[in-house]
Amino acid sequence: MDWINAAVQGILLGGLYALFAVGLSLVFGTMRLANLAHGDLTILAAYVSLMLVNAFRFNPFYSIPITMVIMFIVGYLLQRGLLNFVVGRGDVAGVIVTFGLSIVIQNALLLKFTANSQGLDAGRVENLSIKVNDRLAVGWLPLIIFLMAVVTITVLQIYMGRTKMGRAFRAVSDDQEAARLMGINTKYVWGVAMGVALLIGAIGGVMMGIRTTFDPLLGSQRLIFAFEAVIIGGMGSSWGTLLGGIILGLSQTLGAQAFGSAWSILVGHLVFVIVLAFRPQGLMAKTVTA
Amino acid sequence: MNTTTPTATAGGKPYSVWVADRTNYLILGFGACVLIVLALFPLFAGIPWTRRLVDFFTLLALAQLWNLMLGYGGVLSVGQQGYIGIGSYTLWLFADVLHVSPFIAVIFAAVGGAIVAVPAAALVFKLKGGYLAIGTWVIAEILRLIVANIKRTGGGSGITIQAATKLGTDVRVPGTYWWAFGSAVLAIGVTYILLRTRTGLGLKAMRDNDLAAESNGVNLWRLKLYTYVIAGAGCAVVGAIVAIHLLRVQPAAAFSINWMAYLIFITVIGGIGTIEGPVIGTVIYFVLRETTAKYGEWYFIVLGIIAITVTVWSPVGIYGYIVRKTNFFVFPLQRKLRLSSTATEPKELVAEAEV
Repeated sequence: MDWINAAVQGILLGGLYALFAVGLSLVFGTMRLANLAHGDLTILAAYVSLMLVNAFRFNPFYSIPITMVIMFIVGYLLQRGLLNFVVGRGDVAGVIVTFGLSIVIQNALLLKFTANSQGLDAGRVENLSIKVNDRLAVGWLPLIIFLMAVVTITVLQIYMGRTKMGRAFRAVSDDQEAARLMGINTKYVWGVAMGVALLIGAIGGVMMGIRTTFDPLLGSQRLIFAFEAVIIGGMGSSWGTLLGGIILGLSQTLGAQAFGSAWSILVGHLVFVIVLAFRPQGLMAKTVTA
Repeated sequence: MNTTTPTATAGGKPYSVWVADRTNYLILGFGACVLIVLALFPLFAGIPWTRRLVDFFTLLALAQLWNLMLGYGGVLSVGQQGYIGIGSYTLWLFADVLHVSPFIAVIFAAVGGAIVAVPAAALVFKLKGGYLAIGTWVIAEILRLIVANIKRTGGGSGITIQAATKLGTDVRVPGTYWWAFGSAVLAIGVTYILLRTRTGLGLKAMRDNDLAAESNGVNLWRLKLYTYVIAGAGCAVVGAIVAIHLLRVQPAAAFSINWMAYLIFITVIGGIGTIEGPVIGTVIYFVLRETTAKYGEWYFIVLGIIAITVTVWSPVGIYGYIVRKTNFFVFPLQRKLRLSSTATEPKELVAEAEV
């Protein structure tokens, strides 16, 4: 029964990882930019929510839409003001600039909030659970997070498939020059893409803040988990990213169950290594690697 | 440094190909003097300055290796801290468990780094561009987590290198200094010699245009592997030196991502893809560290902002800027053409692709 419990926890944890991973994948897909600051930006979203909660004294759930809007604006401005200058200039510039950004965000958060762990208190929902039997209970909060991931990915799929902006994302992703010739303002599209990526990341950041604690240095780990989910699932596929998140979450909780919690993250990494070694295109690959 | 190829005028060719000119030889002479002074440094300078220069040379060696891998091999790694950590712990293994002299154990650290780098390369090279960079970071994290889970080395709290503490300051500090100094000179030397060979020609071709290089018979994968393994072994050597220097290894410090922050800052500000760049970058980094490191977080914020600014607005770095203005290299790698037909003053032409 402990194993089933661990498996359920792992699957639900995968939803949270997918919320971090979808944005990373969207940015890489539309502009071939590996955003090394993605994890830190989602942690920044958790701190934005913390500031809102401290200022207005409401349940952190109410802070989610406001944080999403704020992070969209942050993403758009960041892209237009800085990252657009390095997109299309090769991988090196993008990696160095986003790595520098990651260092700046981490240390700015340390200055403002210290290295202490923080949490977002959502009240009773954090402890409620559905009791299946005496030894198996599914927490409401992990379940809500998982459903939020499913809804988010569904909405993103519809947005990408049915709207004009979604078409522009795909067009820019396929052929930047041709898209520009068709009258698409690529700089604007990239700005919106980064905004959407951080808006989704904001959901992940706030939900993580409610579920566990966070500190300014957690961003790198979030980036790595997001990246592993993307690669395991296969690039360019949103549902694949969810699957990748689930496999990563499962590996971690089952690994902890088998070898103790100290090995949890390591087992997740090793599953990533195995997938990369034997199926580098991922489990549900849609596009060819960049 | 290569001598000027004899003029082939007699054979009918009114030009000669040259690499180094008189200024280069003057600098070579001056550089040799500086090297001798630096080699004898611990004999006349005090312990604090010697220790400071150990920091300087270890960072210079790291930056030079990263530059070789990125600037020439085109391998973008943000996971070199993994090899620094492996080097530190290999040193512990050989010095404290197998009782090899710490200064000899450094050599085994290089072997350890290379052994880890080969399978790691096979894995991360499946990824491209920016994702390859994150992949190298994952490798470093895996190595850190494995080491942090080993009880024998004290897990996350780390372990003291007993063999290094027994050495005594008067042996340990100069010994560490010579290793650090030697590894920096070696990193520069290996880079320069490698680039002057056939392999180096392939590397430069790959840096300029990898598709064209491949279609001309350059084996990209193998060249990338070479630079990655050399950099891995080199970073492990530096990790071992740092372990002797600090007398203690700890996973959080040895495998810290801060190493990458320093390396990237140094190489970017100096100029990626030049041998001179990391030297200038390390000097600038040291001035900055001595003046602003006490401000903690602000110091890192400044490092980050400078690296971003340079990359966006002046991606060639300081040395790249100097080259663009003067076309002068301290370590000449270009083959230049000197026409000697009629004019009294030789006219110099530079092959454009080979900057």
